[in-house]
This record gives sequence, C-alpha cells and structure tokens, in this order.
Amino acid sequence: MLDGFKDRTAIVGIGQTRFGGHPPGRPPEHPVESGKELACRAVLAALEDAGIDPGEVDALASYTLEETDEVELAAALGLGDLTWFSRTGYGGGGSCATVAQLAAAIAAGQATVGVAWRSRRRGPRGRPWQAPGAAAEPRPGPAQPRQGGERQPVAAQWTRPFGLLRPADEVAMLTRRYLHEYGATRDHLFNVALACRNRANQNPAAIMYERPLTREMYMDARWISEPLCLYDNCLDTDGALACVVVGAERARDCPRRPVLVHAATQSLPPLHHGMVDYWCEDPLASPGWTAAHTLWKNADLTPEEIDCAQMADAFTPQVLFTLEAYGFCGRGEGGAFTEGGALELGGRLPVNTGGGGLSEGYLHGFNHITEAVRQLRGDSTAQVPGASSALVTAGECVPTSALILRAGEGGRR
Amino acid sequence: MTSTAPGLLVPAVDEDGAPFWDYAARGELRIQACADCGRLRFPPRPCCPYCRSFASEWRPVSGRGRIWSFVIAHPPLPPAYQERAPYPVLLVELAEDPGIRLVGDLAAESQQGPGHGQGQGHGQGGAPASGGPGGGRRRRPAQRAPEPRIGAPVRVVFEQPPVPDCPPLPRWALI
Ligand SMILES: [Zn+2]
Repeated sequence: MLDGFKDRTAIVGIGQTRFGGHPPGRPPEHPVESGKELACRAVLAALEDAGIDPGEVDALASYTLEETDEVELAAALGLGDLTWFSRTGYGGGGSCATVAQLAAAIAAGQATVGVAWRSRRRGPRGRPWQAPGAAAEPRPGPAQPRQGGERQPVAAQWTRPFGLLRPADEVAMLTRRYLHEYGATRDHLFNVALACRNRANQNPAAIMYERPLTREMYMDARWISEPLCLYDNCLDTDGALACVVVGAERARDCPRRPVLVHAATQSLPPLHHGMVDYWCEDPLASPGWTAAHTLWKNADLTPEEIDCAQMADAFTPQVLFTLEAYGFCGRGEGGAFTEGGALELGGRLPVNTGGGGLSEGYLHGFNHITEAVRQLRGDSTAQVPGASSALVTAGECVPTSALILRAGEGGRR
Repeated sequence: MTSTAPGLLVPAVDEDGAPFWDYAARGELRIQACADCGRLRFPPRPCCPYCRSFASEWRPVSGRGRIWSFVIAHPPLPPAYQERAPYPVLLVELAEDPGIRLVGDLAAESQQGPGHGQGQGHGQGGAPASGGPGGGRRRRPAQRAPEPRIGAPVRVVFEQPPVPDCPPLPRWALI
C-alpha cells in the first residue's frame, strides 16, 4: 500500500540541546534557556549535522503542544520559503508522526528539506491541573485551552471530579487491570525501569547518567498512583531535539550515513479515547496494535529482524503494552518477555538504548527518534553491534504513531 | 474542569453530557442509548457509532456494577486532593452492559474510618499490586477503610460534594 513511500526519504541530521532536569531532591544544575531559544539551537544543530543551510528548509513539523510555532522558528533562523508545515496531536503520541508527515510530504513532492522538532521548557505550570483552564481559573464550557493551545479532553468531566487527575492515574487504571488479567508483576515493571536506567548510566547526555537504580530502590519508592511508583514515571525535562528529513537520493550526498524511513504510520483505533481509554471494546488493546498492523504490512521486516527498539515509556507499563502490540511476544506476555535481561544491551530486544523517557529525558518521545538514528549510524553510547534496523514507537494509550528506520548507504562519515 | 474555593474539580459539562448531569441532579443514573439500534454508549455523543443514527434517549440503569479496575492516588496532588490522599478511584462496569464503564470514587457510606486514606506506610515492597486489596499498602486494622478489589460488586450513590454549583456526583458504595 505504501510502496511509494518505503525508503524514499531519510533522516540525515539530528540535534539536541542539553537536557535540564531535577533529579529528585536536587536543584536545577544550570539556568535554562527559553523554549524558543532551545528550539532554535536544536534545529540549527540538526541542520549542521545534515550539512544543510537553514535557507533550504521548506517543511516543518512539530507537536500541537509545541509552544514555539513555525512562524517564530522560521523567522528566527532565516528558514527558506516554507511550502509545507503540520502539527501532530496527542502529546507523546505525535512524536513519530512528525517524521512520518515530513517523509510523506517529501515523497509526494510537496517539499524537499523537512525539519521536525520538539522543544520543552517547563513553566510554573508543571502539573496537569495547573495548565491554564485545567484548574487555575474558573472557565465555563466543555473544551478549555491547555498548555500550548491543546484542549482539555471532553472526557475530563467523567474523570477529574472523582480525583482521577494525572496521566499517571489514568495509566495506572489500565495497569492494575493488566496486572490482574495477565499475572504480570511489579518486578516486570522494574525490569523496564532498570533497562532504561542502565542505558542512561552509559549516556553522558542523560539526566540519569551515572545514577544507578536498584530493585530495592524501586520496591521502596513512594507511590504516585498505585500500582505505579516514582520510578514508573518518566522525567520532567527541559530541552529540545530536532531532526532533518530529505529525499533518499539527496541523503546520499549528506555528510552522515542516511537513516532511511522504511515505514511509518499513525493510529487512532475505533472508539479510542486517549489517556482514559476505558470505553472502547477492549481497553487493554492499546493504539499500538493498530499502528503495528499497518507498519508491518508496509515493511520488508518482521519483529524478529528488528535490532533495537526505542519504545514509548512515559510510564513503564507502556513498554509491556508495546511489546505485545508490535508482536515481539503474544498478548499478555509482555511482562514475561522482560525477564532474563531481554530488554538490556545484549538481550533479545535492547530497548531505549539512550535511557528513554524514563531515564534520558522526557521530551514527548522525540529522543527515541534521535537515539534510533544514532544506533543506525553506529554511534550510540550503548551501541547494539551492527544495528541495521530500529523500531520507534510514540506514546501509548493515546492516538499514536510509529516508525521503522533502517541504516542506509552513503554519507561521507 | 473549573475550580472552586476548596479546590475540588467540578464537571465541566458539555452539550452531549448535559442530560447525564441533569438526571444526576435528580438522583438518577441514566446512560445514553441509541433510539434506533438500542445500544448503550458512553461517553455521550451526538451520533451512534454502531448504526449512525442521531436519535438517542437516556435509559435508566440499575446503578449496579463491578469494579473493573482502580488506582490509589498519592501525592503530588492539588491541595484539596492531597488532603485526602491516598484515596481510591474506581472504574466500574455496569451490570446492564459491561462495556459501559464509569469512573467514580468511593461513596461516603463506604468510608467508615476518618477519610478513606490509611496514612503512611505504603510501598514497602510488599505484594505486587495486582488487583489485591490496597495494592500492597500496610494495613491499620483500627481504622480500616473498605478496600476495593477488581470484580467487587458496587452500587451507585449520589452525593453532593461540598462545592457550590456542583451537581451531585455518582459515587460507588461497596456492597
Ligand atoms: Zn445505533
């Protein structure tokens, strides 16, 4: 179906800023730039990595919750004549969709040089209920503006008055049912947290670099929303990331080894409701199931042929959901799959080799894309030997997206 | 959601959901049903996803159900919720149609102790929180609050929160 799309485009540049975070009990280590400045720095770094002048950029894609808009970015960086731009919705579910949409636009001849980015600067509204309209000011009406112009989901009237307030609560609800239904345990969730932390310990750019996690720390940690504890939650992070997408032919002349966009998809399954996906027929069949179906149908690869996976991990259970959805194991077997170090470097499926959202930094999943590119270029801090294919998945439990990337040929280094 | 003085969130009612809250104000639990194919649907919406009919009615239901899942929320939370944390939030599947699941908290009559929290002392690496009572929290028998469990039968109770302009909320009592 997407044969006209397969391997037609490539990621040829990645860039990022320093990640700012507050490890528990520690103050910020350095002052943080504005969100706009972070975005500019990441995009320029990605273009420099690609060896492409900013004036050549003609397409942009970011998230609907991005606060630096196309107009500001293009004006600040002196970008070219933009012929195509888009925003992808649903928080972390939009990460892979940014690349997917640029790749589609370029494959269709609507643009030639696309940049996708995500910049995040936490303001005083660090908590979901502090978003404008979420709680701070009384505002009538069903849909209220949220951070970055996102709207409060209408479903909130069915959940928030009862104290189901945070994404952690919303995912914990599915998690408890999942643990009950399939006999998975907190040890399985720990395996996910540990694999991400171990890789972050190898990655100097990660917020949790050189900060090991033990089983004891995990089991003794305070609850956030039972059955999820502190270490089941991703890191609140300031920073920005970007990548550059061009046609495959042009990619061969870029300085870095091209990373081909082999397959891509977005997914919004029937009757799906975002984070509170309690009203569809099968709440434990996450949107990843639909995404995986399209992805594998349009790919030359099978799950067994994937060398590493960068999986949505805003919360540890999402990795279990993703393992099942994308066919790395059977339904209900995600917990068991994590046993025996399967997710670690050298295991059956190394995941989140930069540390992921749980331990590198949480920028709505964009770092999963850049880490996949590093793996396929061969320069990850936790390199899977000879990695030539990578799965990248966007946020689970929301309308989502996914990519299969492959190492291409060419590049001067 | 809008916020009020005590900081509790009240439903920000939309057009599709308004009848639900009107019936709730009269102490009735009603669910939107398609007037053509008869299927219940939730949350309310203008068109039936099964037969695409725009004709709908609000059908009374028994208010009985079972706990499909639940969480125990701990801080950090907004002040009004932090005060009563840790507190459970339930997801209840209705007896009439297990596909209709309502989020709700425990009714006051389910809470025999002072508040439904049990204070400190949770999370000491006990049993995995796989649907077991309290998800591994340490028990304090002296003021033992009822503990939800998956599959437990519940019935709806309408209670007026101490918030002006808030409709009575459908909450759940353990049976
Ligand atoms: Zn119908």
